[in-house]
Amino acid sequence: MLQATPTPATAAAMSGPSGPRPRSVTAGRVGLYAFLFFAALFFLLPMYVMIVTSLKTMGEIRMGNIFSLPSEMTIEPWIQAWNSACTGLNCSGIKVGFWNSVRILIPSVILSIFVGSLTGYALSLWRVRGANLLFAVLLLGAFLPYQVFIYPLVRIYSTVGIYGTMTGIVVTHIIFGLPLMTLLFRNYYASLPIELFKAARVDGGGFFQIFFRLMLPMSTPIVIVACILQVTGIWNDFLFGVIFAGRDNLPMTVQLNNIVNSTQGEKLYNVNMAATILTALVPLVVYFISGRWFVRGIAAGAVKG
Amino acid sequence: MKPRRRQNVASYVALIPAFVIVVCAYLGTMLWTVQISFTDSKLLPSMNFIGIRQYERLFTTSRWIISLENMVIFGIGLILVCLVLGFLMAAALDQKIRFENTFRTIFLYPYAMSFIVTGLAWQWILNPTLGVQQYVRNLGWTDFRFDWIIQNDRAIYVVIIAGVWQASGLVMALMLAGLRGIDQELWKAARVDGIPAWRVYLNIIVPMLRPTIITSVVLLSLAVVRVYDLVIALTGGGPGISSEVPAKFILDYLFGRSNIGLATAASSVLLVIVLVIITPWLYYEYFRPERAKGGK
Repeated sequence: MLQATPTPATAAAMSGPSGPRPRSVTAGRVGLYAFLFFAALFFLLPMYVMIVTSLKTMGEIRMGNIFSLPSEMTIEPWIQAWNSACTGLNCSGIKVGFWNSVRILIPSVILSIFVGSLTGYALSLWRVRGANLLFAVLLLGAFLPYQVFIYPLVRIYSTVGIYGTMTGIVVTHIIFGLPLMTLLFRNYYASLPIELFKAARVDGGGFFQIFFRLMLPMSTPIVIVACILQVTGIWNDFLFGVIFAGRDNLPMTVQLNNIVNSTQGEKLYNVNMAATILTALVPLVVYFISGRWFVRGIAAGAVKG
Repeated sequence: MKPRRRQNVASYVALIPAFVIVVCAYLGTMLWTVQISFTDSKLLPSMNFIGIRQYERLFTTSRWIISLENMVIFGIGLILVCLVLGFLMAAALDQKIRFENTFRTIFLYPYAMSFIVTGLAWQWILNPTLGVQQYVRNLGWTDFRFDWIIQNDRAIYVVIIAGVWQASGLVMALMLAGLRGIDQELWKAARVDGIPAWRVYLNIIVPMLRPTIITSVVLLSLAVVRVYDLVIALTGGGPGISSEVPAKFILDYLFGRSNIGLATAASSVLLVIVLVIITPWLYYEYFRPERAKGGK
């Protein structure tokens, strides 16, 4: 999904509510809280079910009370999910996928942010011929269905020799992260006071000098937003992982799906749910820690370019 | 003049990665895909052009027709429900309520999670033998039925439910930002004139939120065209092929069934669909003359 920089609209979102002022406790007020309560229930229930299921024994699960609390709590499913859950014949748990995802995540996030910031900087502050065209095609790339690119990319990767490797998957994340990253940084740099840039130019700063010494150090807020978006986005990726990463580097989402939707053997729902929560953990931690930054990342940009 | 020129070279150097990506990874691959779709390629691409025969075959393949229909059903369902629910949640959060942050955090957290996680969670909840259905039966309502996930004509609605759970928080966040951008004076004026709040929302606020609504619709439409992981995790396209979607069709034919010609024809159709949705919006959003003049 496409997002961009903080705008006045987002700044306003950080301030107080703007709806009509409530008078006193009325039927309408009660209805309002009832609506919010039921909405919250709808969003929380699946998480609640996942957690309680993951703490039950299979015997208890077979009784069919998915909403009940576990009568005898066990963390065995969690240990099993992490250490010994099976995908096919390979039973070394979801931890394999976790570490694969970490190894994919770190270079992908750093490199995609770096390339994006450099591109955004060149496009926003420097006069480059064809800049608008480049930016337009880049944006278009963000919206086109990935299926259009996949087969030729597989061929290109095979020719270069990076198909099914760690490099392959990292390059893929850089390629498809570029539009959003460029957009973020382009808008951010364009919103900085231009005098700053001019002064640096007068002082004789060159392109890269200004980028590394002035612009990057001033980019902390937008780098945080970019990190949030990229970490959650890349961690949650399934499509690229399954196609480009290769058998030895399958990310956690792919491995999770293989574990849960494998057709062999008895379905261990408690282990499956533990593995599912483990997979969701990284983006959830990012979400809860980043709080309003996360909202800012999304609201922000989707609203305006 | 001289130093300026040299530095401009540096800016071109910096754009090389972006340029290579745009030319090779976006434009080149796109054209290549379209080109293959006009050949009789099977396992490997061939250069034997057969005109639009792959497209004719595609549209006589029932699996593709079902995929397209499902995409439309999923799209309409997801967009409508997300817009309504998202707007209601945003409007409710905008009433100076208590625990606003808590509610907002709850509404948005599924959006942080992947479609795979979303799909697997709902697959478990809707499990016909151990999930909600069984729970209600255990309560004593023994002929209760909620097994859409294994019904041919209902499975795609289950995908909508899971999609709404994941994405409506996003619409809520966008709408809330939109609502907070609306001038306070408007409410005072409406109060003075004695206009009921619901009418203000319906007749004034909703039209004012038009840009936000358009953005939400565009973002959701893109998610609809791309929907893949959610279906993989939730129903696997089943039962049978009843919840197939185009993105899954394409990947199955590319890798599982080794029919590249048909798969690329399908990708090209998707491409055209997206271009029709997106081009006017992109132009409106980023390249309108006034916007450019008013500074970025």
